[in-house]
Amino acid sequence: MEILQNNIVLLALTFGIFFLARQLQKRVGWIVLNPILVTIAVLIVLLKVMGISYETYAQAGGYIEFWLKPAIVALGVPLYQHLGQIRRQFLPIFLSQLTGCIAGVASVVLIAQLMGASRETIISLAPKSVTTPIAMEVCQAMGGIPSLTAAIVVCVGLFGAVFGFKVLEVWHIKNPYSQGLSIGTASHAVGTSRAMEKGETYGAYASLGLILNGLLTALLAPLILKLMGVM
Amino acid sequence: MIRQCFIIFGCLALGELIVWLTGISIPSSIIGMLLLTGLLQTKVIKMEWVKGMSDFLISNMGFFFVPPGVALMLYLDVIKAEFLPIAVATVVSTVVVLIVTGWVHQMFKVKSDGDTTE
Repeated sequence: MEILQNNIVLLALTFGIFFLARQLQKRVGWIVLNPILVTIAVLIVLLKVMGISYETYAQAGGYIEFWLKPAIVALGVPLYQHLGQIRRQFLPIFLSQLTGCIAGVASVVLIAQLMGASRETIISLAPKSVTTPIAMEVCQAMGGIPSLTAAIVVCVGLFGAVFGFKVLEVWHIKNPYSQGLSIGTASHAVGTSRAMEKGETYGAYASLGLILNGLLTALLAPLILKLMGVM
Repeated sequence: MIRQCFIIFGCLALGELIVWLTGISIPSSIIGMLLLTGLLQTKVIKMEWVKGMSDFLISNMGFFFVPPGVALMLYLDVIKAEFLPIAVATVVSTVVVLIVTGWVHQMFKVKSDGDTTE
């Protein structure tokens, strides 16, 4: 079955499964059937069944993953569009991002430490809230396992996309700006794509959270880990 | 389209160059993003020169996460061995971030409503 190891075939498979997963979610309407989650799960099962190694898949997947960095650059456009708002709302946005960033890194490290996770796992968990390219680079710089970080980041994103708005409602965070911002801060691009579905305002604030927490985590995570004695 | 690609990749390339020259630990993509924002703000670049490409990239961002997610299959052992700490820390911490961020923002939010999105 060598043809299945062909890059083009694997790419077509990835596009096809994602397309079907999105159709399925549209038809069924369950948030849990997140197309990203479904595609990852189906691909892992398929690769295992067909005996294709991750390394083989990664050669094809690299063509898709490659677009993550340009996509981060593209976020400069919504950031520019919202500069006026950020300036007007500087204090609430800055304070919520700063506390969100510190709370996110410190809490995941503390819980993982208390529960006896290994040092590498703790470092790999630290940048879990921010978007993959940033998280992986932060993890690498601190001496963690970048691809473990990538996998965890996607899980965090899916959790935020699926349960984020529920959590916020239970805790009486009802303001659309605060909701969008929180979703983007906690669950980066995957949460942001969910927020975009809910509405333009949610999406704009989510991308703001994704951008600012990405920046802050890149700057602060190494410092927080040093203070907490992990590094 | 070529101009759009040139601007996006040009910003990213400048980001790579800055990282290479200075050795700072900020990802090149973040520097590229800030450069793009700065170029738009200073009117060096017009919005319509990048809008199509950036809309395309941002609206499909979720899809670009599939391959790094598939990397999960490499770490099934690590995850199985440390499943509880990883799962509890990740879920609890994500809920903490959601609540802390939303709560602080809601508390300090300026009441005047000049901030509806376009």
